[in-house]
Amino acid sequence: MNTETMSIFSPQLAARFDALVAKYPVKRSALVPMLLYAQDEIGYLSDAVIAEVAERIGITQLDVRNVATYYSMLRFKPAGKYNIQVCTNISCMLRGAYELFERFQEELHVGHKGVTPDGTFSLEEVECIGACCWAPAIQVNYAFHDELTPNDVPKILAEYKAKTNGSVKNA
Amino acid sequence: MPRLVSHPDEVKIVTKRFGMGAANIDKYIELGGYEAAKKCLAEGPEWIINEMKASNLRGRGGAGFPTGLKWSFVPKQSAKPKYVLVNGDESEPGTCKDHLIFLHDPHAVIEGAMIAGLAIGAKTGFIYLRGEYRYLLEIVEKAVADCYAKGILGKNIFGSDTEFQIITQSGAGAYEVGEESALMESLEGKRGVPRIKPPFPAVVGLYGGPTVINNAETIATVPHVIAMGGAAYAAVGSERNGGTRLFGLSGHVERPGVYELPMGYNLKKMIYEVGGGVRGGRALKAVVPGGSSTPVLLPEEIDIGMDFDQVGKAGSMLGSGGVVVLDDTTCIVEFALRTINFYQHESCGWCIPCREGTDWLKKSLTRFHAGFGTEKDIDNIAYLAQNMLGRTFCPLGDAAAMPTAAFVKKFRKEFEEHLNGKPCPFAKHMELAVV
Repeated sequence: MNTETMSIFSPQLAARFDALVAKYPVKRSALVPMLLYAQDEIGYLSDAVIAEVAERIGITQLDVRNVATYYSMLRFKPAGKYNIQVCTNISCMLRGAYELFERFQEELHVGHKGVTPDGTFSLEEVECIGACCWAPAIQVNYAFHDELTPNDVPKILAEYKAKTNGSVKNA
Repeated sequence: MPRLVSHPDEVKIVTKRFGMGAANIDKYIELGGYEAAKKCLAEGPEWIINEMKASNLRGRGGAGFPTGLKWSFVPKQSAKPKYVLVNGDESEPGTCKDHLIFLHDPHAVIEGAMIAGLAIGAKTGFIYLRGEYRYLLEIVEKAVADCYAKGILGKNIFGSDTEFQIITQSGAGAYEVGEESALMESLEGKRGVPRIKPPFPAVVGLYGGPTVINNAETIATVPHVIAMGGAAYAAVGSERNGGTRLFGLSGHVERPGVYELPMGYNLKKMIYEVGGGVRGGRALKAVVPGGSSTPVLLPEEIDIGMDFDQVGKAGSMLGSGGVVVLDDTTCIVEFALRTINFYQHESCGWCIPCREGTDWLKKSLTRFHAGFGTEKDIDNIAYLAQNMLGRTFCPLGDAAAMPTAAFVKKFRKEFEEHLNGKPCPFAKHMELAVV
């Protein structure tokens, strides 16, 4: 594929994908990370993303969708610019994760998988994120915040809100 | 940044470079890094496997299979390329040890994978991290790139004729992919559903080639085993359980954290001395000893050594080393429900006993927690769990059934207190009931 003219991805990401498909013994091994990296840039797996990924790997769009629907981080509609993922699994639950999740709901006026009207934040209750000893923990996109209390919520939201004017994405 | 903790009883082997900036390659080498790999290159496969067998190192992912024995199953001759696959899909609730390994000592994982490759004759190793660990993947990828720049990885490692390459991989959110055959499926770009065994991965694995799959902690331990010598490593632990373990203390404990303790360390001591006891001086209600899939232990059952055999004898499992502590304010029905919600969410749906079993357990426990359970439901929950055990392709079905059966068996009275329209006596998190 001529990535300069045809790709829906940025030139950097298109170049990264060119390298990614050559990295493995089998091209198809690039599929799962490619979908995640594409989502990081585009925001979700749109029809156009599915189509280009299918073409790059050399499989059908149906095959791509079949794989994509398996993985819980992959989504088919936009999330907020900052996707707040609150772990409520056992170790976090024991240390107040539901109280934390409730506070996020109150502050953002959205529930599980909700997006704020301005598109800045989305909220999600997620399974264990591997921060059990520093519970309760959340991820905002890929950034971890741990040992939180509900009182930390306004500060975290303000911190990310301040970034929205910048070009930071998936920080 | 995850907080590091320390306790005088710790024996720091795997964690000894934590907090010392060893993610930097020069620092890692300065601290003795890659010497073990060089030694292995000189000594050869048979010597490596003998050291590993002598070390009594057992799989840190949860199954506890002897690592040296696993490596010895790989056929010497193979028409297809052989592979080493490092499992960093760490997703078992209560477990965050690999998180710290990737953060503080990524080169130990690379070096361990290289040694595994030298032992089995593989030229390629894969390091698979769960998708949520993006910042850790970046640390690992930087470490790999630094190795290539220094000739530590590549066609001629350390200037020899031996080749070893590392390929990193990101997942995209799936507990099930932590199961070794599902992990290979995912790495091949497919849905992470398990494969039937046999054939075992050591014979037919990734891309059909013989493959050794080890947990990230196991692999990070390997260079230390070589550096110390297998026998010296074994001597640190208990009988048939070599070395140390990264125990993750979480939940209602005063000082949660990842502590490296010798295998066989007493669980009661771990909670009360290392962890500082139950938070706020409250009474202990229960302990989940090795990640959410392991059967719960009562306070009177925790005076045991934490190794694979002794925890097994106590009716539970050492699992992933994630020790979750519950105090007397915890509602066991709610805890059981949150556990089963997880397994229901993560079941890949490939086998019916797991797909349907987790779903029915979730429905029953949801109703129960909301106060609409009946006496018969208690037996039904136990019956359902019993019928999932051993009837699925992979251990996820067992991982869901085992803790559920134990909660009902050991806390039947508490289930009965939720009967016949009575609300949860702890009156907590009723929103769980409507999810």
